[in-house]
Amino acid sequence: MSTATHGPVRADQAPPSRPAPVRGSDTRGRGWGGRIFNGFSHAFLVVWAVMVLYPLLWVVMSAFKDDSQVIREPLSLIPHKLHWGNFARAWGEGHLGAFFLNTVLVMVGSVTLTMLLGSMAAYALARYEFPGNRLIYYMFLSGLTLPIYLAAVPLFKGVYNTGISFPLLGPNKHLMLILVYVAWSLSFTIFFMHSFFRTLPDSIAEAAQVDGASHTRTFFSVMLPMARPGLISIGIFNVLGQWNQWYLPTLLMQSVAGEPKHQVIAQGLIELSVNQGYKSDWSGLFAGVTMAMLPVLIVYIVFQRQVQSGLTAGVSK
Amino acid sequence: MRHGVARFVTGFLALPVALYLFYVVWPFAQAAGYSLTDWGGYSDSQHFVGLDNYVRLLSDELIRKAFWHNVFFLVTVPLFTIALALFLAFLLNVGGREDRAGIRGVFGSGLYKVIFFFPQVLSLVVVAVMWQQIYRSDNQGLINGLLMKVGLVDPENPIAFTADPEPFLGVPAVLWWLLLIAVWSGAGFYMVLFSAAMQSIPKDIYEAAILDGAGRFHTFFKVTLPLLRETISVAWVYLGFIALDMYALVFVMTPSQGGPNHASEIFASVLNFTAFQKGQFGYACAMGVALAIFTILLAALQLRITRRDRIEF
Repeated sequence: MSTATHGPVRADQAPPSRPAPVRGSDTRGRGWGGRIFNGFSHAFLVVWAVMVLYPLLWVVMSAFKDDSQVIREPLSLIPHKLHWGNFARAWGEGHLGAFFLNTVLVMVGSVTLTMLLGSMAAYALARYEFPGNRLIYYMFLSGLTLPIYLAAVPLFKGVYNTGISFPLLGPNKHLMLILVYVAWSLSFTIFFMHSFFRTLPDSIAEAAQVDGASHTRTFFSVMLPMARPGLISIGIFNVLGQWNQWYLPTLLMQSVAGEPKHQVIAQGLIELSVNQGYKSDWSGLFAGVTMAMLPVLIVYIVFQRQVQSGLTAGVSK
Repeated sequence: MRHGVARFVTGFLALPVALYLFYVVWPFAQAAGYSLTDWGGYSDSQHFVGLDNYVRLLSDELIRKAFWHNVFFLVTVPLFTIALALFLAFLLNVGGREDRAGIRGVFGSGLYKVIFFFPQVLSLVVVAVMWQQIYRSDNQGLINGLLMKVGLVDPENPIAFTADPEPFLGVPAVLWWLLLIAVWSGAGFYMVLFSAAMQSIPKDIYEAAILDGAGRFHTFFKVTLPLLRETISVAWVYLGFIALDMYALVFVMTPSQGGPNHASEIFASVLNFTAFQKGQFGYACAMGVALAIFTILLAALQLRITRRDRIEF
């Protein structure tokens, strides 16, 4: 695990926004060659930027058109009038408001619990020697390679059976989805935080214990605050990951015994778009997609340095 | 300070381990067990059938098709994404003007990075639903609409995109269209990753290369690229996992989730179809186990191939 000492430390250092210049004099590629290459670079980068931005802009702008303009002038980026009603319709009739509420309810619980349980387990595994330590660590790691689809059938069955004796943990229940999200997020969270806690110096924890702090107290008042950069990275990773989760909710938030489904946002959008053929409320669909993507995009633009370094630190381990 | 260590460790591990065992390990273990039965999923009747399900897998036409489609994504998604990401990172970092300080990154590279990263923060579902509108086969679709306007596409005969099973280079067209989306959404992220790695290379290495008379292309291919080897191989492993997980795109974008006419089936879509539509849970579990074994072998293989000595600077 030679890489372990490098990854998370980098996490809080955002890459400089401007690439470092390559110093020194160069005889080739100077002058005209360099200028042409510079022009070519800009041209290609602009083309790719347009390819990324144009579809996003098109979706947002179409969300403001009325249905007749969507059909007659599908390509135009300028709505005749701002039809805010599309958003109201998607929020109410399209049930996007309910999807948002469900997503937020679930994620407040699941992200908090994932971070708490994940860092507790990672801490115990990283800094205490006890029999079975490796076994438990590798058990968590193995979850990173196994495909979720394999577990789908028994997982649904297990949740269904639990629901018979504990109704709150059955299918279509927020609490159940919270626990399932936590369980499936633990692998990566523990993997990440484990290497982070390893890098923290021993001396501070020892000093705290000499001062009479218990193990638990040492963790919560000393070690956890020191791990903040790592917590931010893995927190961003978990928020985006759970916000984007669609397979688990599609599998588990199914209506049983005719009660209405508590869909989360990704699941709800899929159902909206797959059923779209029957209703053909195009502007409403565009408004729904816009509402699903704008919050994340805005959060990203505000925190872009943290998000970029947080997510890339998650990979470069 | 050994006092109370056992109690402390148990207290910290009990809940995470219990949750993980119940919701992750136990389903996996059960799946392995069910794969040896003929369980249908809805009834209680199940009989032990040994390895029959696995034997059946070998001769299943649909599975063979799905397997090759998975292999297609496994090769193309990392290949195209990494190539494009490297190219973009290269342009960003060495495409700028030269002055006395040397070769610079292009003007506005920070802004480009922010924009290119956009698709990464959107969920795959939002991306899929959005591209479903872009790929529409009438003049309301973004691509068909534009091409019809300039007269490149006959309105009577639009591009069918994900409803097109016709092979292109031996692979159904629908898979190529799905590949385009995967590359579109992934390239920016890996560009940022490679860019950060390029910037962590110490400047004296470049200075040495330039003193030796290497131009920017030479420097890139002979110095930067070899030093990025580790980052690229990590990216390859991650993209490999993403390639196995194209199910969201198949689920949202293709007719009857794997169509048209099974042209876009992948392992996951066949598994879900077999379990929940055909009601053959035992057989579906065998597929899952096969997929898991395939994934683990692949991960081991990739780690073996890409394992090199780490260059420390």
